[in-house]
Order: sequence, then structure tokens, then C-alpha cells
Amino acid sequence: MTPEEERLVRTRQQGRARVMALLLGAFVILMFAISIAKIRAGH
Amino acid sequence: MITATLPITADWRDFLALTKPRVMTLVVFTGLCGMLAAPVQIAPVLGFTAILCIALGAGASGALNMWYESDIDAKMARTHKRPLPDGRMDRQAALHFGVGLATFSVLLMGFAVNLVAAAILLVSILFYVLVYTVWLKRRTPQNIVIGGAAGAFPPLIGWAAATGDIALLPVLLFSLIFLWTPPHFWALALFMKTDYAAAGVPMLPVVAGERVTRTQIGLYTIPMAVVAVAPWALGLTHAPYGATAALATLVFAALAIQVTFRTKRPDDTMRPEKRLFGYSIAYLFILFGALVADRWFA
Repeated sequence: MTPEEERLVRTRQQGRARVMALLLGAFVILMFAISIAKIRAGH
Repeated sequence: MITATLPITADWRDFLALTKPRVMTLVVFTGLCGMLAAPVQIAPVLGFTAILCIALGAGASGALNMWYESDIDAKMARTHKRPLPDGRMDRQAALHFGVGLATFSVLLMGFAVNLVAAAILLVSILFYVLVYTVWLKRRTPQNIVIGGAAGAFPPLIGWAAATGDIALLPVLLFSLIFLWTPPHFWALALFMKTDYAAAGVPMLPVVAGERVTRTQIGLYTIPMAVVAVAPWALGLTHAPYGATAALATLVFAALAIQVTFRTKRPDDTMRPEKRLFGYSIAYLFILFGALVADRWFA
């Protein structure tokens, strides 16, 4: 793998990791909101 | 070319492309309208979650469809730049992504919303992947007729998410999308015929010819028109929906008739077919938008 290719792979990995982190954060917030909504509805 | 030598490290945008975001727009819209047309109001967070699950389920279906059809996609001008045929993504990554997303969407729907909505979502994903993509698409020109049911599920899921039940109105909405699919896709197939023929997909214009396809477009428009106005005729909606549906369907029918009785000329730009295809998308937005407006404000 050339240095240029290695840099490209690293950039893509970082991009995927950032998006994954954002999605996981959003999922935690969503689960919290769902739990609150269900508690309020008396489920 | 760098991307061809690095198929495993796909960019996150490639995963997004795998979910067919443009197709998802119509799916989300019809699902949302099905939910908003229901007589029961769902908590906003749960409603948002249901729509998210519908979107994720549609995205998973799209990803699994692209995984299975990467060989066909490579042969078609419209699809050869997709992540798999273009060599930007590993096939196994696409499969894992699709299965993971499908499982996640169904489980989340079942946990957060209700089991009826989760069950219909599961059926819609399985129907699209197994019945349409794997079984029908390469075997019969009736592929999009039966497979059209997969795209018709969202309003049913949206309604079930709100009520936990199924009623006549969402069944009519299902039937409307089901009967709308053949004229919509055959209009596309008429001007993309060469592409489908090159890929070996037995779309109706490729297998039975243009004349038969044009006749079928006209024939399917008739029951579609009946189902479009049925919610009003059966007293499930008010006059504003009835008037909008009648008017929008008249325009659809006029465009379909033009396509039905037309004969292709040499160097034809296929404008009437492209117009019917474009309008057919707007038509669903108009009808579902009118339905929600009618249920909320009339």
C-alpha cells in the first residue's frame, strides 16, 4: 500500500468512526426519550 | 484507480448510498401520512421512532437489494456507479450492513412502538428482499406487479404504529400504491428499456414489447383511479380529499392515456413517458398530502 493509499484508508476509517459515534450518541438520546414517553403514557 | 484497490474501506457516504435515500423519501412520506391519517394520536417521540424505523427498514431493503443485484447494477448506466459495482465497497460489508439495519429497525419498532407495526415492517423487508429481489425480478415481467406490494406497506405500518391495528383506510392506501406501481415503473421501463435489456432483467417492454406495456399502463390506471377516490366514496374522508384525488387522478389518467395510445417514432425522446413517470411520483405526494389535510382540517 502506497503512503497515499494508506492516508486515504485512514481518512475513511476516521470518517466512519465519527459518524458511528454520532449515531450511537443519537441512539442513546432516542432511547432516553422513548423511555420517558413510555413512562408518561403509563406503560 | 485507488478505489478499486481498496474495496474494503468504504466511505460512510457509500453506506448511505446503499440505503437508496431518494426512494426512502416517498416511503417515509407515505408512512408518515398513514400515521397522521390514523384516528389515534401517537406520542411525538414514538411517532418519530416509528418513522425512523420505517426509513431504516427501507434503507436495509435497499442495501440488501444492491448486495444481491450488484451484477445487474454493473451493466446498467443508471446504476453502475453504485458503491458495489464501482468497487468502492466489499460485498460482505453491504450484506452485514443490510441485515444489521433490518434487524435493528424491526427490534426498535417492536420495543418502542408496537408488535403489529414491527411485524408488518418485517414482512415488508422480507417481501422486498426475498419475493421481489431474489425470486421475481430476474424471472418474470410481473416482477414489479407483485413486488409492488413491498413499497405499499409504509402507510399500513404508519397507521399500525399509531393504532396498533389495521383498518379499511390503510388497506385502501396499500392498494393505491400497489396499483400505482405498474404504470409508474412501466413508464420508466419504456424509456430505460435498453438498460434493462442489457442487464437481462425481464421487464415488460423487454419481454412482451412496447405495445403490450402501453396497454398494461392504461389498464392498471383504471383500478388505480377507482381506489384513489374510494376513501371519499366510502365516506372515510371528506370532499376536499375527494376533489383533490379526482382532479389529480384525471391528470394521471390523461398522461397515461397519451402513453397508452402512442407509438414510438425513430429518434423519439420519450417525453410523454418521462412526464408520466415524473407526475406519478408527484401524484402520490399530492394524494397522501390531501388525505392528511382532509383528516386534520376538514
